Amino acid sequence: MTLADLLRFSLKGLTGHGLRTALSLLGVVIGVAAVLILTALGEGARRYVIDQFASLGTNLLIVVPGKTETTGTVGAGGVPNDLTLQDAEALVRGIPEIERVAPLTMGTEQVAFGERRRQVAILGTTYDYMLARQIEVARGSFLPDEEMHRGSPVAVVGPKLAREVFSGEDPVGQIIRVGGWRMRVVGVLAWQGVKMGVDFDDLAMVPVSTAMQIFNRTSLFRILIQSSSHADIDILRDKSRRLLTERHGEEDITVISQDALLTTFSGILGALTLALGAIAAISLTVAGIGIMNVMLVSVSERTREVGLLKALGVGRRQILSVFLTEAALLSTFGGLIGLVMGWLAVGALVRIYPAFPAAAPNWAVAAALAVSIAVGVTFGLLPARRASRLDPVVALAGR
Amino acid sequence: MIKLSDISRTFQVGDEPVHALVDINEEIRQGEHVAIMGPSGSGKSTLLNILGCLDKPSTGSYYLDDREVAELDEAALTMVRRHQIGFVFQFFHLVHRLSAAENVELPMIFAGQPRAERRGRVAKALDAVGLSHRADHLPDQLSGGERQRVALARATVMEPEILLTDEPTGNLDSASGRVVLDLLDRMNDEGLTLIVVTHDPKVAHRADRILVLVDGRIERRVAGDQISEILAMLADEDET
Ligand SMILES: Nc1ncnc2c1ncn2[C@@H]1O[C@H](COP(=O)(O)OP(=O)(O)OP(=O)(O)O)[C@@H](O)[C@H]1O
Ligand SMILES: [Mg+2]
Repeated sequence: MTLADLLRFSLKGLTGHGLRTALSLLGVVIGVAAVLILTALGEGARRYVIDQFASLGTNLLIVVPGKTETTGTVGAGGVPNDLTLQDAEALVRGIPEIERVAPLTMGTEQVAFGERRRQVAILGTTYDYMLARQIEVARGSFLPDEEMHRGSPVAVVGPKLAREVFSGEDPVGQIIRVGGWRMRVVGVLAWQGVKMGVDFDDLAMVPVSTAMQIFNRTSLFRILIQSSSHADIDILRDKSRRLLTERHGEEDITVISQDALLTTFSGILGALTLALGAIAAISLTVAGIGIMNVMLVSVSERTREVGLLKALGVGRRQILSVFLTEAALLSTFGGLIGLVMGWLAVGALVRIYPAFPAAAPNWAVAAALAVSIAVGVTFGLLPARRASRLDPVVALAGR
Repeated sequence: MIKLSDISRTFQVGDEPVHALVDINEEIRQGEHVAIMGPSGSGKSTLLNILGCLDKPSTGSYYLDDREVAELDEAALTMVRRHQIGFVFQFFHLVHRLSAAENVELPMIFAGQPRAERRGRVAKALDAVGLSHRADHLPDQLSGGERQRVALARATVMEPEILLTDEPTGNLDSASGRVVLDLLDRMNDEGLTLIVVTHDPKVAHRADRILVLVDGRIERRVAGDQISEILAMLADEDET
């Protein structure tokens, strides 16, 4: 018996019972579509995070105050020393592999232009921040490339802030008040949305020293370090930590490598995707039981047919393969339809939320199809064996 | 050639053994036409199933062309059913979702014959039973006589040596029954060994020999044209 003949015969067995076949198909369709959709969501989350990191620039180290990994007693005072501008300058001076250093301080303050005011985040930093974070300016220029200590009274505003307070006027060259301080607007940022929890469209950036004056602060929120492209990021991290530990007299800072952070996040979200896929795969098992049910009904309904086939000289193995093929066809068609449905659903999702890069990973597509076929064959085995072992005389009598 | 020696078939029903066949000894030559008669429950179908290798005797030996069937394994039995034996059942046993032509094609599909060859042989077999014009009809769209002829075409399309039929006209009116019987006769004339289980004297009359089963034993053996000798006996039995 050729494969084509086997497929044709089994297909006829399925189409002979349209409704029953369709219902058991539905189980597989839902199972496979669920695997696709859930893994697409998981993968979307992973890609979203990766995109976020990528948009922050590369070869970056972040220095934050405080020691997060508590491995021993905290130093004498117990309270970590502040990160200061002097620390930032020391990093530039002390480590040649460092390409640039961007000190950061943050707070919220009222920005006013004429009568219009708006409470927004104020980010104090330097010209180097723009280069490290790959920030684009739509109009005018970024903060001036000057010494960290020189706090010029200038500001760069986000596009949303500009729209809200300037209402159509060109902000560049205008004077605004930030808190009680008068600043000249030198540039407007390009639209870029929320990155790592900060809305870059609705904030004002000012030189770091200026911000520290506004907030009456001497400490930094964090320091960004960008290495020259070929420097070893791990060595650089150790060097930076040692230098700052030496300056503070104790290790009260943490230096995070963005790559390490990214790897961790990506790993966590990858595992999440896998877990979602596995949960969805459970529904495939349920679908498999549905297939088994249908096949059992089919075998008992076709007992006489099996008896006839045996009388015609059809072997056990052939009868086994007929019913197994029917189960496999059911699950394969169900799987394929499920893939299409899943694809359509994910496509619709992406159209509705374009910012969320949902896409079922290839492994999930392959696994969903493979599992559904395997499930069909596995659960088809019991009914098929039952059919192949029927006694021909009993089967023909239909007892 | 068929040789049955000391064949018995016993079914166990609860604690009670049912002796469906007892000490059957018989030889049937190639090309013979044999009718098996007997009252209901006398073991006719059981005998036919054993002859068709669908069932095995409890004791005794069945030789088919000098091979003992009991010694054949499942695969060899399948080959015997496929190539040597054709079966026509009382209730036709057509596959309802398949057309007449597809039903006839069935044994050839599983025998692995190429599609092109199958088509020709299906056409020939349907033509032989006079149903070429019904090839694409489903069984539900055929009359009883037509269905039985499709079953006949299916049973003979593999060109078996032996054709076993269980009440081939049991569900047919006399006109369609005659058509089927004429076909059987013609195939028998071409050398097919024909074994017909029947209640109907008009059917048995056509046979070379008639075996009369009573309670699982061969009670009488008469020539086909001497059927009158056993009619009284059969009538007797049917009454009891
Ligand atoms: N599978 C079985 N289990 C138990 N008893 C059986 C079985 N098959 C047949 N019998 C018994 O064996 C005996 C012979 O049955 P069989 O079917 O051969 O009769 P038959 O001559 O074909 O009758 P009919 O003319 O009614 O078809 C009967 O008594 C029947 O009850
Ligand atoms: Mg019977």
